[in-house]
Amino acid sequence: MTATDIRASSATLDRSAVTKPRNMGQIIRWLLLFIGGVLMVMPIAYMISTSLKWPHEVYNVNLIPQEPTIENYTYVLEDGRFYWWFVNSIIIATITTISNLLFDSLVGYTLCKFRFPGRQIVFIAILSTLMIPTEMLVIPWYLMSQSLGWLDSYWGIMFPGLMTAFGTFLMKQFFESVPDDFIEAARIDGLNELQIWWTVALPLVKPALAALAIFVFLGNWTAFLWPLIVTNSVEMYTIPVGLSGFGDEADVAWELIMTGAAISTIPTLVVFLIFQRFIIRGVVMAGLKG
Amino acid sequence: MANLSLRTLTKAYAQTEVLHGINLDVADGEFIVFVGPSGCGKSTTLRMIAGLEEVTSGEVVIGDRVVNHLEPKERDIAMVFQNYAIYPHMSVKKNIAFGLRSSRMSRPDKEARIAEVAGILDMTHLLDRKPAQLSGGQRQRVAIGRAMVRDPAVFLFDEPLSNLDAQLRTQMRLEIKKLHQRVGNTIVFVTHDQVEAMTMADRIVIMKDGHIQQVGTPSEVYHSPANTFVAQFIGAPSMNMLPGTLNGGGVRLASGQSVGTIHTSTTSRPILLGVRPDDLTLQGSGPTVVTGHVAVREPLGAETLIYVTTEAGEVIAKADGRSPPDVGAHVTLSADPANVHVFDADSGSVLT
Repeated sequence: MTATDIRASSATLDRSAVTKPRNMGQIIRWLLLFIGGVLMVMPIAYMISTSLKWPHEVYNVNLIPQEPTIENYTYVLEDGRFYWWFVNSIIIATITTISNLLFDSLVGYTLCKFRFPGRQIVFIAILSTLMIPTEMLVIPWYLMSQSLGWLDSYWGIMFPGLMTAFGTFLMKQFFESVPDDFIEAARIDGLNELQIWWTVALPLVKPALAALAIFVFLGNWTAFLWPLIVTNSVEMYTIPVGLSGFGDEADVAWELIMTGAAISTIPTLVVFLIFQRFIIRGVVMAGLKG
Repeated sequence: MANLSLRTLTKAYAQTEVLHGINLDVADGEFIVFVGPSGCGKSTTLRMIAGLEEVTSGEVVIGDRVVNHLEPKERDIAMVFQNYAIYPHMSVKKNIAFGLRSSRMSRPDKEARIAEVAGILDMTHLLDRKPAQLSGGQRQRVAIGRAMVRDPAVFLFDEPLSNLDAQLRTQMRLEIKKLHQRVGNTIVFVTHDQVEAMTMADRIVIMKDGHIQQVGTPSEVYHSPANTFVAQFIGAPSMNMLPGTLNGGGVRLASGQSVGTIHTSTTSRPILLGVRPDDLTLQGSGPTVVTGHVAVREPLGAETLIYVTTEAGEVIAKADGRSPPDVGAHVTLSADPANVHVFDADSGSVLT
């Protein structure tokens, strides 16, 4: 064996030693990603598949319907109730989102940029509400709604979520990244504190606002427990509450529920597609802020 | 007429006093520079003038009004910050126009004013750009433009050049000085860089530990320092300080070396003999100050800094750039008595 051969064979050995673990690692990574992808996509695929099936085929697990039909969509869209639920959900999710964007950012900004006695205590008090589960809060909420005459109304459904501790915390953390010099420069330029918040500070935390908008909109769009408790009339139901009522004790109309669910994902997709570039940046920034 | 006056101005955070009764009068149209090491109180003083910090006691007077209790926007001032503080979501034009938001000017007048300022700062072609599309120097000009557009009684600059590289800093220094000559407003400029202070100021205020050490023209603070702190803070390299004793007008250094008659005082006392590197000559006609051996040479082109090891300690001198003494060479350093400073060893104050 010549020196050249030895060098060539050792080079081959080295390359195989280096590339083999990398290939294996890549295979495992791709496999895990594939499994993760399947786990995420399958429920959506089954939702769409079931919405295209006749009732007698619903319990058949095949993904492709044997006799595809859009009859369920026609039924759900022609059913006046679904229209009301859809409108209710849109109104509630939109107002709650706007309210959160305004008030969470206002409180977050105040807690971040103003020094006043008790500031830390107020912040801790707001944060500590994150530790109380919704199940514990629904009874006080219900009693409060009842005493204010808000049962079975938009106010009743919306009031617990008009401001959130999570949103306040998120916005406060983002405002930390806004240099005080901007605020002081605006003060010298003659703006009052509310104008500074609106004109200078808010535009600088747009990614956080977009992320919060998506979180709040999705949260309220899919909320089930509280709307179920506070509403009585079918006209005041939101989509999740209304869909759960499709069918009766003896027979759950899964094909209609899945059809309603499929339609109801459209607004969330629209919201996400509009704000996704902000949310991705927002999550990265939130990670950096710790 | 004083355009800005500080009267026994103090600032305390809780029980800690950081500014101890500052008194200063700034004339209309004067360019005054506060300089000092970090933590000396220069930025705090500026922020108190701006109204961004509360005054603990004393008065800030702008024009003929005591402005202690006025909001920043009511003080007729404009400020340029260290990190520019130009709004990244607004165009250059909107940033400049921002300074006019609370003005009662008509829209065409505002447009004309913005165009005028942009013209002065050579930014007309940049008006539609966002700050992210600008260089550091251009951003600084936008910040200055936003301050200029309001034509305030007093401009405040808080270390505006510290974020720029050396070349740009020199360029901006010149631009700000030209701008001052053109617009003629009063400027209060804070920096920790004594070269900036020397090159730009009409008068320099040197601060340390919340006290003013000396107020004077660049020439005064350089050639007639009030104390050892000013003597060593102003000028690079620093003034040499040699411990010794004043006796009958002559000085005997701690090393035993005797320096000729350089002071009129005949009172015997411990002193520090101060002499700037540029005032020491290798073959001068003045009295010999010290002798020693060249330890290190630092060629700077036109001149060479030589570090001379003497019995009195290390002394820095300037030698000719073309034929400096070799390392290890024995040198005799002399100085004109008029350029030698004598400071009290205990208080650090200059002996006059």
